[in-house]
Amino acid sequence: MTLAFQPVADPAAPLARRNPVAKLAAALLFSLPLIATLDPLTPAIALAIELALVPLFGLRYATLARRAWPVLVASLGLLVTMVLFSANRSGTLLLDLGPFDVTTGVLMSALGLILRLFAVAVPGVLVFATTDPTDLADALVQNAKAPARFAIGALAAFRLLPLLGAEWQMLTLARRARGVDAGRNPVAALRLFVSTAFALLVGALRRGGRLAVAMDARGFDSGIPRTYARRQSFQRADAALVAGAVLLSALALTVTITLGLFRPII
Amino acid sequence: MSEVVLRGFGWRHAGRRAWAVRDVDLHIAHGERVLLLGPSGAGKSTLLAALAGLLPEDSGEAEGTIEIDGLDPRKARDRAGIVFQDPQTQLVMARSGDDVAFGLENRGVPPAQIWPRVSDALDRVGFPYPITRSTAALSGGEAQRLALAGVLALRPGVLLLDEPTANLDPAGATLVRESVSGLTDTTMILVEHRVAEALPLVERVVVLEPGGGIRADGTPEMVFAAYGDRLADEGVWVPGFTIPPLKSATAATPDLVRAEAVSVLNRLAPVTLGVGAGEVLAVTGPNGAGKSTLALIIGGLLAPSAGRVRGFGDAKPPHKWRAATLTGRIGSVFQNPEHQFVTSRVADELAVGPRRLGRSPTAVATTVSDLLERLRLTKLANANPYTLSGGEARRLSVATALATAPRLLVLDEPTFGQDRRTWIELVTLLATLRDDGHGIMAVTHDDDFVQTLADRTFPLGTAPFQDPLPHRRPRP
Repeated sequence: MTLAFQPVADPAAPLARRNPVAKLAAALLFSLPLIATLDPLTPAIALAIELALVPLFGLRYATLARRAWPVLVASLGLLVTMVLFSANRSGTLLLDLGPFDVTTGVLMSALGLILRLFAVAVPGVLVFATTDPTDLADALVQNAKAPARFAIGALAAFRLLPLLGAEWQMLTLARRARGVDAGRNPVAALRLFVSTAFALLVGALRRGGRLAVAMDARGFDSGIPRTYARRQSFQRADAALVAGAVLLSALALTVTITLGLFRPII
Repeated sequence: MSEVVLRGFGWRHAGRRAWAVRDVDLHIAHGERVLLLGPSGAGKSTLLAALAGLLPEDSGEAEGTIEIDGLDPRKARDRAGIVFQDPQTQLVMARSGDDVAFGLENRGVPPAQIWPRVSDALDRVGFPYPITRSTAALSGGEAQRLALAGVLALRPGVLLLDEPTANLDPAGATLVRESVSGLTDTTMILVEHRVAEALPLVERVVVLEPGGGIRADGTPEMVFAAYGDRLADEGVWVPGFTIPPLKSATAATPDLVRAEAVSVLNRLAPVTLGVGAGEVLAVTGPNGAGKSTLALIIGGLLAPSAGRVRGFGDAKPPHKWRAATLTGRIGSVFQNPEHQFVTSRVADELAVGPRRLGRSPTAVATTVSDLLERLRLTKLANANPYTLSGGEARRLSVATALATAPRLLVLDEPTFGQDRRTWIELVTLLATLRDDGHGIMAVTHDDDFVQTLADRTFPLGTAPFQDPLPHRRPRP
């Protein structure tokens, strides 16, 4: 079994091989300012920049689309929600559905939201698709001065995640073997789900406890300053990546403000 | 190499009335290799945890002294290295080399020394892969070798091994024992219940007395000549104590359940197999051959991706039966008993099945008390199933499957990791059930189990197999 977040990109691509902390910071600094405005233009510019940069991360567009499928699903959900509940039903009527009239106004607001969702999500997908979890933990400890107890501990816990899927299947089968099933009763199904989830949690906590003891037995709690077997360095190119992200984000906002389309969130 | 000295040592976990280990006087010299024995509950694991410095002062009450090279083990953590049972919960990193390096980083070893020490440790345990090998892709035996390398890289003076092969199949256990046998430059204390396999690794045997003190201490020959009978009775697998075979005297009746050319994509090649009433069928074979998958199919828990299963005169295959119907016909016992527990009391656990079948409250109560009695669980009726020892949990999981009186029992590695006493109880119980006309199918790696109990063996290979003689079995 492999981890769900194993990198899938060419690791030698110019931006893929940048320091993981730099990539993470660039993604956050680039996408956070976009939340400040409600217009559809700023996220559209941002998304265009992001998509143009994808090849520099060594990622194919098809891979990106596969990785981003939860975002695609969420954007469909947004569209449906907007059609059902949007207060703004101005503009030209496109589809007559009584209280759920689809108008250009509804579609514009939906488009704005969906673009924002993508503009914020794509940088995250890019970072995690091009970063090995071990490298990220190393960089967090070495370059961002995150506590090793937190970063390496989370990394170790992460390794146990794939076991949960197999464990869930065994627990479900074992319940059937005991004669416990829900049939068509939704209340029984919910109770069965809760009891299976509880058993999964108990098992996960026990495994986590055993892992923690094994880690401490190898000196994780020794209090001696840790040394690093794998060096992560923060170079000028990494600083440039972060600065570039801030500049591009400012550029997108400037264009919107210049065109008079800026609509602050507060 | 380190020296270990215990004087009147005892430890009681916080909140417990009984001492986990007590009155232990023991001197282990530099470079000695010791097998630590004792019935389950004698405190072997607690003693190793104390030596590894893993019992914080506030987690219990101590008595006497325990020293490694004259130091409190909590202050001499770098002198002891410990390997536990379960490889899955000892590996920390995603890549094998990084995992070995983890301990060295923790101890502040200069980076320039880390990688030479990593490859040295991997060579010492005979790890066959490059350092970039994913730890998720290792077999149990390989993962345990890696865990051992992670400990050896720290160059401990005393190596503590707490049942390092108990979670492994025979091939994996052999890998680990081969690695351990090559380590001659460290003091070693080994806890292992499969004594015959462990003896070539040690020169001295120490037997802990449950309730306190040391019962025996000396060379293996001396200890087993004087205490072998008693240790065997208490559940230790003393070499040379065999159990007479318990084979069926009558022929099996036609199949209770029969699978025709069943297969599961990537997990099981097509198999044709039937299990009759009044026989014990052992399914054997290497890891990855699909033994557990086959048990799930016969047990009506998994749908085969091709082929068909029929049984009990039902037109529908077992995996389509309602759970209550299934549990009245086929009882499944999983490899990990804890997967099967659905309540928080042992007695309730036994009542679940019969209640689902709509039995009357008096009938349920009778079934529960009979089974508690039969499987020596009466004293534990009010205990939480998750707090039971390995042997108790195994007995309970078998009892839950028997509670609905199914004609067919399907067991996955029923004797795995059990002490000799529980093993004999299980084998005797299964023989009785078979002689009463139940059909039993057991997936197993345990040669003793096959020799003693199986009326028929079905070796599962990685290639497609056919059941050669569905209704006949060799006589012993």
